[in-house]
Amino acid sequence: MDKGELAVGTGNTQAPLPTAWNRALDSDIVYSFKRSPLVMVAAAIAFIYVFAALFAPWVAPHNPFDLKTLNLLDAFTPPAWTERGNPQYFLGTDDQGRDVISAIIFGSRMSLVIGLAATLLAMTVGITLGLISGYVGGKLDAFIMRVADVQLSFPAILIALLIDGLARAALPKESHDQLAVYVLILAIAASGWVSYARTVRGSTLVERNKEYVQAARVIGRHPLAIMFSHVLPNVLGPVLVIATLQIGAAIITESSLSFLGVGVPPTQPSLGTLIRIGNDFLFSGEWWITVFPGLALVILVLSINVLGDWLRDALNPRLR
Amino acid sequence: MLAFILRRLVQGVIVMLVVGFIAFSLFNFVGDPVSLMLPPEATQADREQMRSILGLDKPFYQQFLTFLGNAVQGNFGISLRLGRPVSTLLVERLPATLELAITAALIALVVGIPIGVYTALRRDSWVSRALLTTSLVGVSLPNFLIGIFLILIFAVWLGVLPSFGRGDTTAIGPWTTGLLTASGAKALVLPAITLSFFPLTLIMRLVRAEMLEVLRTDYIKFARARGLSNRAVHFGHALKNTLVPVITIAGLQLGGIIAFAIITEQVFQWPGMGLLFIQAVQFADIPVMAAYLCLIGLIFVVINLVVDLLYYLVDPRLRVERSGAGGGGGH
Amino acid sequence: MSENAAPLLSVRNLRVEFNTRRGTLVAVDDVSFDIAPGEVLGVVGESGAGKSITGTAIIGLLERPGRIAAGEVLLEGSRIDNLPPDQMRRIRGRRIGAIFQDPLTSLNPLFSVGRQITETIEQHLPMNGAQARSRAIELLGEVGIPAPERRIDHYPHQFSGGMRQRVVIALALCANPRLIIADEPTTALDVSIQAQIITLLKRLCRDHGTAIMLVTHDMGVIAETADRVAVMYAGRIAEIGPVQQVIHDPQHPYTVGLMGSIPAVGQDVERLPQIEGSMPRLTAIPQGCAFNPRCPRVFEKCRVERPGLLQANRTLAACWLHDPDRTVPAPPTGRSKGTLHG
Repeated sequence: MDKGELAVGTGNTQAPLPTAWNRALDSDIVYSFKRSPLVMVAAAIAFIYVFAALFAPWVAPHNPFDLKTLNLLDAFTPPAWTERGNPQYFLGTDDQGRDVISAIIFGSRMSLVIGLAATLLAMTVGITLGLISGYVGGKLDAFIMRVADVQLSFPAILIALLIDGLARAALPKESHDQLAVYVLILAIAASGWVSYARTVRGSTLVERNKEYVQAARVIGRHPLAIMFSHVLPNVLGPVLVIATLQIGAAIITESSLSFLGVGVPPTQPSLGTLIRIGNDFLFSGEWWITVFPGLALVILVLSINVLGDWLRDALNPRLR
Repeated sequence: MLAFILRRLVQGVIVMLVVGFIAFSLFNFVGDPVSLMLPPEATQADREQMRSILGLDKPFYQQFLTFLGNAVQGNFGISLRLGRPVSTLLVERLPATLELAITAALIALVVGIPIGVYTALRRDSWVSRALLTTSLVGVSLPNFLIGIFLILIFAVWLGVLPSFGRGDTTAIGPWTTGLLTASGAKALVLPAITLSFFPLTLIMRLVRAEMLEVLRTDYIKFARARGLSNRAVHFGHALKNTLVPVITIAGLQLGGIIAFAIITEQVFQWPGMGLLFIQAVQFADIPVMAAYLCLIGLIFVVINLVVDLLYYLVDPRLRVERSGAGGGGGH
Repeated sequence: MSENAAPLLSVRNLRVEFNTRRGTLVAVDDVSFDIAPGEVLGVVGESGAGKSITGTAIIGLLERPGRIAAGEVLLEGSRIDNLPPDQMRRIRGRRIGAIFQDPLTSLNPLFSVGRQITETIEQHLPMNGAQARSRAIELLGEVGIPAPERRIDHYPHQFSGGMRQRVVIALALCANPRLIIADEPTTALDVSIQAQIITLLKRLCRDHGTAIMLVTHDMGVIAETADRVAVMYAGRIAEIGPVQQVIHDPQHPYTVGLMGSIPAVGQDVERLPQIEGSMPRLTAIPQGCAFNPRCPRVFEKCRVERPGLLQANRTLAACWLHDPDRTVPAPPTGRSKGTLHG
């Protein structure tokens, strides 16, 4: 149903062929995006988060980690709209006088960085392993897929905990905090690679038997390189969908680990750490210290999931 | 059929061996295995003796075999943090976790499947849309956050349910259960709901997606073309075809539930294996970590095996090895 | 052609539309035909010509966004296109049966063949379980399944492709419908099996007095089986008439082209004649006669006004060449170049 096609033999010509840009704007994806206000809102929210995270030091009203700016007397200030509130700390402060909004902004930055990094790592490893597995075949393929199967049945959080615990035991205590973030990224990515590997492997298996691969060998180009450029367009859609959904899952895993105290170090808190800190004060009535970071986390993950859901439906050819 | 079971068993054993190997490495290469197996007051002579008992002077594979032997008997040494044998600790804590996990699993299935079917059959009703939106939120909520919110509402503000602990439990043989006392049952409510939330939304979305797929198939179209009633088409045919793939995933969810129990137990201070494990990770308590790993590995392998068997029982295509068995004269 | 008896099925001016975001797509446009009791009507055309959708619309299984926009469907004199869902459901299977293309996917893999037959029987006929089961065994025997009393409990994957289609035929016939809509019943089968299935279908329908609406793109099957045939193009009927007339003396230029492009044994040509161009997309159907851009006999009126079915020799053709008001006599359209068996 492409506007660019001319009707056969009627003698009339259609309007001149539209440019690629026009075609993209008119595509089903953009159409479905414009039709869904919820998705647009989610995209806007996600954008705001990313923006705030990127420019945190300039966007945040205070710097919650600069000890010199903290004032213990300001501790436990409730949100600005309540009685004892202070408009300077719009959502209140925690037990150390840290501004909750600023903590949330820096915390989201941490969560986003880890989530994105872990997903990227998983994607890279997964795509590579999938390509290799599909191309080489045989025992290597069987082995990789077996590992994938087994790993898939173990939940991400368990694998992450295990790697984290191992690192904690194996590494000297001083380097814990420094390396914690990297260990965390590795731990979360460790279970995410499987989905990419499977998808890419499937596509690779299909492409491997095509003639251009043998032709490439004849000219001397490595078939793997060529296959990558052919496999990529096929898997781009599903990989994007997996990635979007995994970012949300990664953020949740990271916040769970931080909540448990085995995630990010206390010097670089993420949203999960903030929630854990606030949890201690739940019963004494200072609810805002945990509720607002909690809400921030939910809204972030929800926006990402809405986008991922929409992307999956928009890219599914059968639902068009 | 027999070949199938055997193959799966062999696979299970291999996985267990791998898990055991990882646990073994934990034991031997991280930290000092001798101290791990002995109480702190041990003398030098005890250490020498333990050294030779553990066979640390023996070659690698022999050490591994000894470790395996110990592991199979449930001997994982002494907890570094609590100073008690790991196996006793595990046995004490297992019932708490299992009770929590099974209750959560039941909630997820009993609530999730019907809702999933409903949203598939009544796609356009506002109730369906509301449920779908709620499910999207459910997938975005981390376990611990749900627990915190529930505690906030029901324990802090309304004060009707306890926010930590297991309440009073009754012992039946080696098992302890909280279900037989009022306080025990009340204590189970919030943690179980918290733990069930994620698998519930997952199952709901899965059932919905599967059912929508099934309703698009040719055999459903043919069933309608034969004039079968809606009830026969939806609940006779479509439901069965939907549930078959759902079984696998639901079964695997049980494994996930046991893992996620770690978080829930932390939030509610529920005295189960998960809480034990977390404390072990924080403390670098190797024996407990190793033991938990092996136990979880075992549970997962068993769950996978059971799920495979179930699948085999339910799907007739897997049962008969060759098609066209008998009487194939002419086409 | 039994014009005297009242038709079993009567389709009048049927119009099926699909509302897509790119506009309204007309899949079936002002289609009318009758099927007499016990008659076999073939419906041929290229992919996308609207033949399957006509069948789906008749049996009431059109799914969103498709809908019957205009026209009527009458079964034994009373309208069935506007019935509420559960009345339509009672007609399906009992008075009108259907067979679809792929026997592999038409049967539910998780239920035994016998279960699928007996539930259909019990749905429509006043039989209990045991009676239904023995009727099912009988039916399986009728369609040529050996050892039916044993195979009744087998699952679909335990049958070969041809056997499965026989089971499907048994299922379609089990409640003794008056009409069967067979949508490409042999397309998914091996060529060697196709003939057997067609023979079976013919025999059963003759024995039970069931009419068939046979939708296919295979003219060979039509020649073997049909009494009359309707040729569809771009959602409209181009020509309709007794099968031998349409095949050997086609009156519509499209039909002429179709018959000419079918290879025949003993033919001595270098290239098979082809119709220039291709069927228009359903969102861009030309004004006037839908075939006019490709027609070798096209003239001014064809591009402006759409022809209805006009009497042309012994068939009806939607072509202005047979306009009764034409002053210039229509040159003979010529015998078709191909010969078909039967």
